[in-house]
Amino acid sequence: MEILISTAIGFLVACGIYLMLRARTMDVVIGLTLLSYAVNLFLFASGRLTNNAAALISSDAAAYADPLPQALVLTAIVIGFGMTAFLVVLAIRAFGDLGNDHVDGEAGK
Amino acid sequence: MTLLLIVLIPLLGALLVPVAGARGRMAAAWMAGALTAIALGLLLSLAQRVFAGEVLVSSWAWMADLGLYFSFRLDGLGLLFALLILGIGLLVILYATYYLSPKDSMSKFFAYMMLFMGAMLGVVLSENLILLLVFWELTSITSFLLVSFWRHRSDARQGARMALALTGGGGLCLLAGILLLGEIVGSYELSVVLASAELIQSHDLYTPALILILLGAFTKSAQFPFHFWLPHAMAAPTPVSAYLHSATMVKAGVFLLARMHPALSGSDLWFYLVTSAGLVTLVFAAYVALFRHDLKGLLAYSTISHLGLITLLFGFGTPLAAVAGVFHIINHATFKASLFMAAGIIDHEAGTRDMRRLNGLFKYMPYTAVLAMVAAAAMAGVPLLNGFLSKEMFFVEALALQRLDDWAWLIPVLATLAGIFAVAYSLRFIHDVFFNGEPKSLPKVPHEPPRWMKIPVEVLVTLCLLVGIFPAFTVGPLLATAAGGVLQAPLPEYSLAIWHGFNAAIVMSLIALVGGCLFYLLRHRLFALHAHLLPSEFGAKQIYDGLIRGLLNVSRWITELLENGSLQRYMALLVGAAISVGLYAAMQHGALNFSMIGASLPFNGVAIAILLGLILAGLGTVILHRHRLPALVMLGVVGLCVSLLFVYFSAPDLALTQLSVEVVTIILLLLALHFMPQETQADSSSGRRWRDALLAGGAGLGVAGLTWAVLTSPFETLSGFYLEQSVPGGGGTNVVNVILVDFRGFDTFGEITVLAIAAIGIHALLQNLVIKPNEPGRYGWAAVKPPLLLEVISRPLLPLALMVAIYLMLRGHNEPGGGFIAGLVVGIALVMQYLASGVEWTQARLRVDYFKVIAVGLILSIVTGVASWIWGYPFMTTTFTYLYWPVVGKFEVASAMVFDLGVFLTVVGITMVILAELGKLSGPLAPRPVPSKEDKR
Amino acid sequence: MMGHWLIVPVLLPMVAAILMLLATRLGRTVERGISLLSMLGLVAVSAFLLNASLSGDYQVYALGNWVAPFGIVLVLDRLSALMVLLTSVLALFSLLYACNGQDRDGRHFHVLFHMQLMGLNGAFLTGDLFNLFVFFEILLIASYGLLLHGGGPLRSRAGLHYVILNLAGSALFLIGIGTIYGMLGTLNMADLAVKVAQASPEQLRLIHISALLLMVVFGLKAALLPLYFWLPGAYSAASAPVAALFAIMTKVGVYSIIRIFILVFGIEAGVLSNLAQPWLLPLGLVTLSLGVFGLLASSCLRKQVAYLVVVSVGTLIAGVGLLTVKSVAASLYYLMHSTLITGGLFLLVDIIARQRGDVGSELRVGPTVSQALLLSTMFFIAAMAVVGLPPLSGFIGKLLLLQAAVEQPSMAWFWSVILIAGFFTLIALSRSGSALFLKTDDTATSGERAGAASLLAVMALLLSSPLLAVYGNVVSDFTTATAEQLMQPMQYIEGVLGSQQNSMGSSMGGEQ
Repeated sequence: MEILISTAIGFLVACGIYLMLRARTMDVVIGLTLLSYAVNLFLFASGRLTNNAAALISSDAAAYADPLPQALVLTAIVIGFGMTAFLVVLAIRAFGDLGNDHVDGEAGK
Repeated sequence: MTLLLIVLIPLLGALLVPVAGARGRMAAAWMAGALTAIALGLLLSLAQRVFAGEVLVSSWAWMADLGLYFSFRLDGLGLLFALLILGIGLLVILYATYYLSPKDSMSKFFAYMMLFMGAMLGVVLSENLILLLVFWELTSITSFLLVSFWRHRSDARQGARMALALTGGGGLCLLAGILLLGEIVGSYELSVVLASAELIQSHDLYTPALILILLGAFTKSAQFPFHFWLPHAMAAPTPVSAYLHSATMVKAGVFLLARMHPALSGSDLWFYLVTSAGLVTLVFAAYVALFRHDLKGLLAYSTISHLGLITLLFGFGTPLAAVAGVFHIINHATFKASLFMAAGIIDHEAGTRDMRRLNGLFKYMPYTAVLAMVAAAAMAGVPLLNGFLSKEMFFVEALALQRLDDWAWLIPVLATLAGIFAVAYSLRFIHDVFFNGEPKSLPKVPHEPPRWMKIPVEVLVTLCLLVGIFPAFTVGPLLATAAGGVLQAPLPEYSLAIWHGFNAAIVMSLIALVGGCLFYLLRHRLFALHAHLLPSEFGAKQIYDGLIRGLLNVSRWITELLENGSLQRYMALLVGAAISVGLYAAMQHGALNFSMIGASLPFNGVAIAILLGLILAGLGTVILHRHRLPALVMLGVVGLCVSLLFVYFSAPDLALTQLSVEVVTIILLLLALHFMPQETQADSSSGRRWRDALLAGGAGLGVAGLTWAVLTSPFETLSGFYLEQSVPGGGGTNVVNVILVDFRGFDTFGEITVLAIAAIGIHALLQNLVIKPNEPGRYGWAAVKPPLLLEVISRPLLPLALMVAIYLMLRGHNEPGGGFIAGLVVGIALVMQYLASGVEWTQARLRVDYFKVIAVGLILSIVTGVASWIWGYPFMTTTFTYLYWPVVGKFEVASAMVFDLGVFLTVVGITMVILAELGKLSGPLAPRPVPSKEDKR
Repeated sequence: MMGHWLIVPVLLPMVAAILMLLATRLGRTVERGISLLSMLGLVAVSAFLLNASLSGDYQVYALGNWVAPFGIVLVLDRLSALMVLLTSVLALFSLLYACNGQDRDGRHFHVLFHMQLMGLNGAFLTGDLFNLFVFFEILLIASYGLLLHGGGPLRSRAGLHYVILNLAGSALFLIGIGTIYGMLGTLNMADLAVKVAQASPEQLRLIHISALLLMVVFGLKAALLPLYFWLPGAYSAASAPVAALFAIMTKVGVYSIIRIFILVFGIEAGVLSNLAQPWLLPLGLVTLSLGVFGLLASSCLRKQVAYLVVVSVGTLIAGVGLLTVKSVAASLYYLMHSTLITGGLFLLVDIIARQRGDVGSELRVGPTVSQALLLSTMFFIAAMAVVGLPPLSGFIGKLLLLQAAVEQPSMAWFWSVILIAGFFTLIALSRSGSALFLKTDDTATSGERAGAASLLAVMALLLSSPLLAVYGNVVSDFTTATAEQLMQPMQYIEGVLGSQQNSMGSSMGGEQ
């Protein structure tokens, strides 16, 4: 199972980075979103993965998942959301200012 | 203390002179003169003790652990130079007062002048080598100011820049050399350094240290091949040339040689480096001087040549040579300064310095002519003038030199040759300028200068004569003390008589005189020959300019090569850097082994399905990325799969968050698409795409490997603590939430701050941005009329969502949920209103300043944090208690929940700001302008 | 005990920002008032903290009263105190300058400015790796807003580059954190230091990877080769007060490198000791050289100052890279000097550019500036300081660095690069200086004399150079003490993990 999970995460990273290397702002935004998904999964995985472990404290819980990475991922997700929002608006702004959606602001390139 | 004053008074003068200058030009001059006189007086008050053989040292700590002290030293050598600096300084000030034209700012000039004087005094009076360097560089800087004084002249600017570059650069070498020296000796104090010659010369660092120090000295004293800055510095006003370029600054180099003589001289390295530099400079510059048509150009090169002579003498490394060197320093200072002043007068009164036009000035300014001729004769080394004496000593030393046995003849011969040139160019100076027919088309009719302008020249020329005729009585004692200061040892036997009997030296002098006259007679043929051999200007400056130009071109080339302004490249570099360091580290610590050991999770259909979905959706996004809409759909699927994964791996909170964020993000992107192109053609070459694919693949593999390695390696974490403490300490059974609002509440605190700032930034970003709908005939989303059904459904959605949110929040501490998720739920519901009913409708009904909401949210979170101070606990310490509510029953309330409420409000506010701002972009919000009367008519 | 002072540098700016957010109705003057007041307060508090740090023992503030390593702690040592003070001093004068009008070129300048300060201070004070990430994000998102302040295509483009690169950097940061947590199961820096030293052989590889990934992240922030190319564009596009404040931004990266690679992967990190050694010195020297080439190449003064930032970072990292007490101390001295001077230069250049009409800060013939004597003098002094000419702070800094490199295997390289770079800087700046002030056509100036506030701001920042030189021994004693403190990770670890005073169990009661 781990092998599959690692592959999936790695694949997401590859997709994200490929898109981030594109020349159009929208592609970069999408790429970043993909990348952050992958990174969040990775961070989550860093606490190891457990199927159907208890999420809440209770007397009859056999095992718990490591809660700390979950908290970290939650924070990361939220921050990522803020960043993406800003970037999207910036992309619009740049499109308005530069008249095209090229990351270097020149349609020719 | 007095020592310090001597240095400080001129430096203070740099401030006082402008103050006085406000009272008029003369006031500035008087101030400068007075201060110089005072400093001179102070110096003389100390002179007696120095003549008695004392070495005065006074010291204050500056940065002791750096070896940097404010320590000054007055011994014979220092005294000599200080006298030159202040004495000639005084004369130059007098001279400059009448030289400067009314449009030159007197106070500025003298301020710079005083600054330089102070720096120069610092150089010669420093006991601490680093302090010496400090002043050394200051002289370079101030000379830049003085040379570029006539800033409107491009040659002045260039000359100043060149001088600064060379002397400043030399200073850097000197710095390095001094630091090395300090490393060897363990101190920067001269008294220590000078006393440890054996230690220094036996040390491995001696060679580099010596070379670096000599570089400093040679650049400053314009030794070949660094000589070329001096002629170009002649663009300076003549007083500056007379002061800096004959008597003081250029002497700093030879001063350093003299100063370091006890410590560094004597070794073969010293001998060969210094003598060769000196010898080449001596002959070469003397030769060039002959062919300058510019009066100051001639003097400049003759200065270089004389500096070469002094350098050569110190190179010999013998005590007698050192004495001769010191003697020549004195003599050269006197006659060269007066010559520069004379040249200045001629320039001033005749309007040109070109010797091809200046002829026969004798009848116009006989008095100046006489003075100039005497000085020139001294320069030529004519008997009964001071130049002659030191030159004799020089010839004697040249002959006496044993060092290069077979080649012993070389130096005397070349010395005589240089002597011949010197006589020739001195003769030219005299004859071409004052005789040799009539002046050719001078700008104005020359005449004698104002009385006061001649006095400095007179004084100096008198000195030349006195020293020349009664050396023993005039200069004897000073020379003795100065030489003593150089050698730091008992003086050798030498006599200052004018006549030592008929010896080889005399012969050499005679040859020089006769030969010089012959040379001058044959000058026209020589000029032709010279012009034939070396056509135009000498190469040094061209080489320098070439180097600078080359440097600039190389820099531009490199910079443009690296920084092509393409984000794609910079991103590629970032990814590349990450991959390569990752690989590097992975290669360390033994061989890699990919074993399945540690793989514990059983394969499971559901999970596999989700993961495959993830992979496919990701792939889809990439394939479709040029068609934005479907790409976004794919992206949504990816997000969905991610949250499913969270569910599968028992992280309900994450799943919920991921889901809600997902929704908002996708909506946001969809909105953005209304303003951005929907489709793009492929605009990167296939080669570029391959490169990117490679990088992406590499990164992907890397992360995959990393994940694999992490998942399969043993693990201990401190999370046990959270699990234990969650209920007793945090008062909640939902550990993740307790961590978020309590254990690591500070992260959450920062997290909502990020969101708030994002909202603020977005608001600032969208200020007066105008976007034309990117497809003709299309309106912003807010103006689109949505299907009625959506509108109908969405209305009741809001209150519903609010209830759900409150529920999620209250239970958040114990069940999956919490303020953030609740906030997003409400946010989404509000978005629905916007989508369904349009911006105008919603804004009209939701009259809320979302920034206020955000602010309140943040305040709540801060207040809950600070509240704990009241009980004397750190920020964000929580408490909780249990309430018994009707119906709900036992219910737990934690102060952290207020914090969570803050989170909730912030999140709502932010989603709304973002969406509302984007909405405003498209939908017209302002009420339509009422048609005015004009229109009605 | 420090009481709650430790958190004030984080809270004060934030509160100020919120107040300004609420006070928008009350107009700009009120906003400025709040802004400057809280700024002054911040300076005072940072000074107080610095004074408290002098004692040399570590002040630890356990947030939520959860002791390290479980909770997040703020840690005050000499280094963090120094950085906080430096930031607030620089910020004070940038703000003062901004209040001369540029704060009105766009919305929310003051709010963003203070949020930025909050982020910076948090980053300098936190003792928790993930919390460091959070504060990085705060200061970054604020800096995005500030960089774009004033708008215009130039800024939009520069902003895109800056934002996207940094977002990628943040992702990398998370990967690094995830890896190291996945190995050691903790996030507190002190605890990480302990666990790294005890790491088992099979853990080393991954820890090493994560360490280097973190270095890349910090390198991006600090603008190290090959990750500095974004900087000249961004800094020269930013409005003057922002650029001046950004003089500290690169130093955040430098700070993090010092913190992580001297504390966590420092001398006591077992197998991974001095893990950064092979990287920092060469990278620093090359960055320094390339920065100088950029300096020579650029035909615009604003860009030149941006390159001076790169140069200073290169010098710093090279100095830190020697990893000795002397070299780190020297670097810290140089850090203070370069931050304040480059900040001052950004402001000064702005004044000059405004007075040269449409020629602006381009290095070609232009009108004479209206305050020629004053401006040329200030530029002259600033240039001397930057080039490292005596008797100003730049010279002392270089001296300290050169002396620190003695006896080091890399001495020859270090010396020649530093000295030659100084020489080239001298050439570049003397050219600029004469182009700006000497070589002027006599067209009338565009007037607009700089206001008192702006001049005061610039002078104050430039004045730091002579002060740093005159009080050189005091300052270098402090930096030496700081470096010694840094070079003893054990003390930090005990200071943080051993300091469970006022940690009263879990919470303030509540019935269990």
